Amino acid sequence: MSVSTLHLPIFRRAICPLVLAALWETASRTGLLPERILAAPSEIFTTLGELIASGEMGSNVLVSLQRVLIGMAVSLPLGTALALIAGLSRQGEVAVDSSMQMARTVPFLGLVPLFILWFGIGEFTKIVLIAYATTFPMYLSLYSGIRGVDSKLVEAARLFGLSYPQQIVHVILPGALPSFLIGLRYSLGVSWLSLVVVEQINATAGLGYLINNARDFMRTDVIVVCLIVYSLLGLATDLLVRGIEHYALAWRPTFIKD
Amino acid sequence: MHSMTLNPPRQKAHHDVPALPRSPVQARQLSKRFGTNTILDNLNLDIRAGEFVALLGRSGSGKTTLLRALAGLDRISSGTLDVPQARAAVFQEPRLMPWKRAWRNVTLGLKIDQPRERARAALAEVGLAHRENAWPSTLSGGEAQRVALARALVREPQLLLLDEPFAALDALTRIRMHQLILSLWRQHRPSVLLVTHDVDEAVLLADRVLVLEKGSIAADIAITQQRPRSAESPQFQKLRTQLLQLLGVEIEAPAAAQPESSAPASIVTPFNFSNFSI
Repeated sequence: MSVSTLHLPIFRRAICPLVLAALWETASRTGLLPERILAAPSEIFTTLGELIASGEMGSNVLVSLQRVLIGMAVSLPLGTALALIAGLSRQGEVAVDSSMQMARTVPFLGLVPLFILWFGIGEFTKIVLIAYATTFPMYLSLYSGIRGVDSKLVEAARLFGLSYPQQIVHVILPGALPSFLIGLRYSLGVSWLSLVVVEQINATAGLGYLINNARDFMRTDVIVVCLIVYSLLGLATDLLVRGIEHYALAWRPTFIKD
Repeated sequence: MHSMTLNPPRQKAHHDVPALPRSPVQARQLSKRFGTNTILDNLNLDIRAGEFVALLGRSGSGKTTLLRALAGLDRISSGTLDVPQARAAVFQEPRLMPWKRAWRNVTLGLKIDQPRERARAALAEVGLAHRENAWPSTLSGGEAQRVALARALVREPQLLLLDEPFAALDALTRIRMHQLILSLWRQHRPSVLLVTHDVDEAVLLADRVLVLEKGSIAADIAITQQRPRSAESPQFQKLRTQLLQLLGVEIEAPAAAQPESSAPASIVTPFNFSNFSI
């Protein structure tokens, strides 16, 4: 593959966003788009550079990242365990699934006032909300993944003398792994989403705090910078899960390269 | 999950030693009912050591139910069933674990020394030594079925159950698989029960053909013809006709079919969209 054919589609795809950015810049410079509505792209990049240079961005991203990691450290094992219980046994399904399906339909943003009343406005509430929001995608995809494993494969494993625990290890879990990774990807996406909300609650650090602060001082440039950082973080975690998929699902036809 | 619980068939231990060598597979008054629906009805079956038995039957005659009972996948409702512990099966679909490479599929669930070497030897027997590291999704239908065969044979089964293993293969691959299965059977000498709906396949391969009807054995025909057998031989044709009649297929005599095929084809084709290509 030559260099030109490799890069040409990327250039072509970049034309439209670049034109839009140029129009935006022009509108800002001519005063058509006042700064209190939206800052100019050039200003946004300057602000991003300043925030990074001063270390303000780094420290706040770290605080947000920590909240996500703690929240996921709770929801990942919890969602996985509940999905295994419901997926692997009928009794487990009866015990777990209906409650999970009900709890899932409660909009998690609606729970914010209740959680504040219960747990206050400290760090704990933020982490509980992130954990709550990210448990369901994990649970739902893994549960359906376990139930979707080809029963003929399980039967073959049984015939070839695999014990029930061995069937789980060699057939059911590998078969449910693609769904688990989809759940992981959804959960990570939801975790950044919930971060935006929970960090509006009395935060003194974090990306949400930066946004709130910027709103008070009408710094639209800082707000946009934070939004960009949010999306970059989302993109990074997505790439991380894709990397895991590439390695763990090497047996899938889409990943096979001869 | 209910479908995953282990339901071993009722099995008697082989502690009483009879005077004659007993058949490794013995079913007596075997019945299987689903609710009020009787699928297997007081069925008696013997398969001798090293015997190749083909089981024919119309759909719904209970072929698959019998095979599942012999495999230990379903519990029987009444009667007795003796089967060897060492059993293996090949199904219509290869049922390979897509997340395990070919050789790991072969040794699935085996606790043996040097599994890799054993798997390689088994794959070499089916002519797939070069594919030991392949993912199942990269195998052709015939190759996947041969890996499934290697997976069954590596266990040195006394009873090999074949559930229409060639049905999904193309005609050429099927012929090659017939030859392969015969040579492997000669080498390993398991008792074989081949469930099939293909009369030619049954007559071509088996020592004995059973016809299952309404849950019991309706016919038991020994085939003494030497292998390799030719479908052109008159004995083959006679057996074939006999079996097809047992299965309820009326074959028109060639003479009766003659005038119909020699009649001039109708020139006026009825209007049909499928007659026009776009």
